[in-house]
Amino acid sequence: MTELSTQPGPGPQAQDDSEPLLRVERLSRHFKIGNALSRATLHAVDDANFSVYERQIVAVAGESGSGKSTVARVLAKIYKPTSGEVYFQGKPLSAIKSRRDRLRYSGQVPMVFQDPFSSINPVFRVSHGVMRALKLHRPELTKEQREAEAVRVFDVVGLNPGAEVLQRYPHELSGGQRQRVGFAQALAMRPKLILADEPVSMLDVSIRIGLLNVMAKLRDTEGVSILYITHDLASARYVTDRLIIMYAGHIVETGPVEGVLSTPRHPYTELLLAAAPDPRAPLNVSSEADVGEPPRVIDPTPGCRFRWRCPLAIDECHRITPPLRELLPGHGVACHVAQAGAETGAFR
Amino acid sequence: MTHALADDPRGLARSHPSHGPLLEVRDLSVEYLLEQAVINAVDHVSLDVGAGEFLAIVGESGCGKSTLLFAIARLLYPPAAITGGSVTFQGRNLVGLTETDLSAVRWKDMSVVMQSAMNALNPVLSVAAQFRDAMRAHGVTSKQEIDKRSAEVLRMVGIDPVHLKSYPHQLSGGMRQRAMIAMAMLFTPELIIMDEPTSALDVVAQRSLMAQIKELQRTLGFAVIFVTHDMSLVSHFSDRLMVMYAGQVSEVGRTRQVFDAPKHPYTVGLMDAFPSIRGPRVPLMGIPGSPPDLARPPEGCRFAPRCPKVMPRCETSLPPLYQVEGVGVRCFLYDDGGAR
Repeated sequence: MTELSTQPGPGPQAQDDSEPLLRVERLSRHFKIGNALSRATLHAVDDANFSVYERQIVAVAGESGSGKSTVARVLAKIYKPTSGEVYFQGKPLSAIKSRRDRLRYSGQVPMVFQDPFSSINPVFRVSHGVMRALKLHRPELTKEQREAEAVRVFDVVGLNPGAEVLQRYPHELSGGQRQRVGFAQALAMRPKLILADEPVSMLDVSIRIGLLNVMAKLRDTEGVSILYITHDLASARYVTDRLIIMYAGHIVETGPVEGVLSTPRHPYTELLLAAAPDPRAPLNVSSEADVGEPPRVIDPTPGCRFRWRCPLAIDECHRITPPLRELLPGHGVACHVAQAGAETGAFR
Repeated sequence: MTHALADDPRGLARSHPSHGPLLEVRDLSVEYLLEQAVINAVDHVSLDVGAGEFLAIVGESGCGKSTLLFAIARLLYPPAAITGGSVTFQGRNLVGLTETDLSAVRWKDMSVVMQSAMNALNPVLSVAAQFRDAMRAHGVTSKQEIDKRSAEVLRMVGIDPVHLKSYPHQLSGGMRQRAMIAMAMLFTPELIIMDEPTSALDVVAQRSLMAQIKELQRTLGFAVIFVTHDMSLVSHFSDRLMVMYAGQVSEVGRTRQVFDAPKHPYTVGLMDAFPSIRGPRVPLMGIPGSPPDLARPPEGCRFAPRCPKVMPRCETSLPPLYQVEGVGVRCFLYDDGGAR
């Protein structure tokens, strides 16, 4: 597999004036929890802003509870945003009301799920899902064309020979192959953006890379953008162009993947980086002091949500929520300390 | 029965001599006896664990690593059964012991930490009650002693003893996993067997739990068998590393040595399957194909169908575990002592 390009795709700087494929503006999603006696609101995502351009893989990384899956579910129209708006190809998602528009949108922005064992119907051959997607989303195709297209998408995701694999049942396939079926089904709809929620985290390490290579191939040869939800920074670095780091519902840092990982500006990104196991690097002992876990954000007061774990927290962090501010071209950070450091021209 | 639980945290007064391995597994085979087929999940596996040693066992799902652990702890239930070999722990062969004899060993000399603490802890009992059960089962009846020891082990894993009153659902995932480890240490056993204890946790929690396990192991001196699918996780923590593939040992040696110079093509493939977070960004391959169906394993080397260095003989005969520079490796490439 030499077709993998580890070069980042066209970044937003190349397309500053063009409308992004997907634009998320001040997105918040809250959940009501508790009972009649104790009402509370869980802030899963607060005030998130980001864009995804064409032919771009964007990773949303964070620990569980950071809100990354909630973002994906809002984009898939599983959840409605509490406030804020999402624009797809310039049109607001809230305007999608009719069945036809919804179907069209879900074909253009399909989702690939985490668990390849429960996301495919076990009683049908794997051709069933793909053929159904084709029938529903591309009604203009004849039966022969649909069959040819099913074989093509299976071949693209590396399920060769496609014609033969299509006839198998899910239980005859390994986890990696099933997850490829998930991508093939998504690809059959001629998507613009695939929402991939932890697509490799349940697979064995020896198989993960193959799937990441498939994602890169979809971007490079099929022109699809992917929003890659993950907790694994190393895999994000391997395939993605841009990285968004979330913590407790806030975007804390975002930028070109190499920039964020080589010069992280937010202390949380630094913590995540230090915790990532890397057998090729010596053990980083300093990472072991932190035993904290992300808070559940219930009825929050203003302030940085990382302040309790942050080694650099200052007074301001307890009072004012730091906004996401661009410190380097395309590289935004939501941290008072980093922003103050950038203003005085000296990073910590 | 009296216990000097807290007085001997380092296990200095242990009854058996520390020379010779604590655990000796010889030619252990486990089969799943299904109606349609017999699945040879663990095939003639031998391993030693010395007192205070940290052995990591890595492999993909279905390679038999968890089955091997369960066999060592004698926790297998039908249709799985030990069909050959021995598990000698502190000089006693556990294979063939009755449940009564085994329950004297479990928790006291050997304990097991399961993969999912949420399922391993009883949801309707407080942490204190579960600790109490385990201690009473082993003859500790003094309430004072139970309370003291429970608080002590919780503190060891960095949990405030106020959480003794908590129920499992009131603890976070990381805390539950720590509570399980605390429970495994109630009697300061000689050996703690851990089945992917960190796999449900986030990277940051995972890292700090690993460091804590290592620290406890170093100060209390117990041995650890740690099973994981994530090789990078144990790279800095284990003394020795055993790589399993399709029910067999494919490579075993000192962790650093295996990481620095992997010998078996499967180990090489696994090493190349991790994207690096700091090094150069290079295209990686992973290992094409998937592990064999153990109901019908390949005739020769079980890795042959996926091996980039496969030779004709690999497809007909099974290579033995060659000893090369102190590392055991099951590959014909090392037939002549590793000249190639």
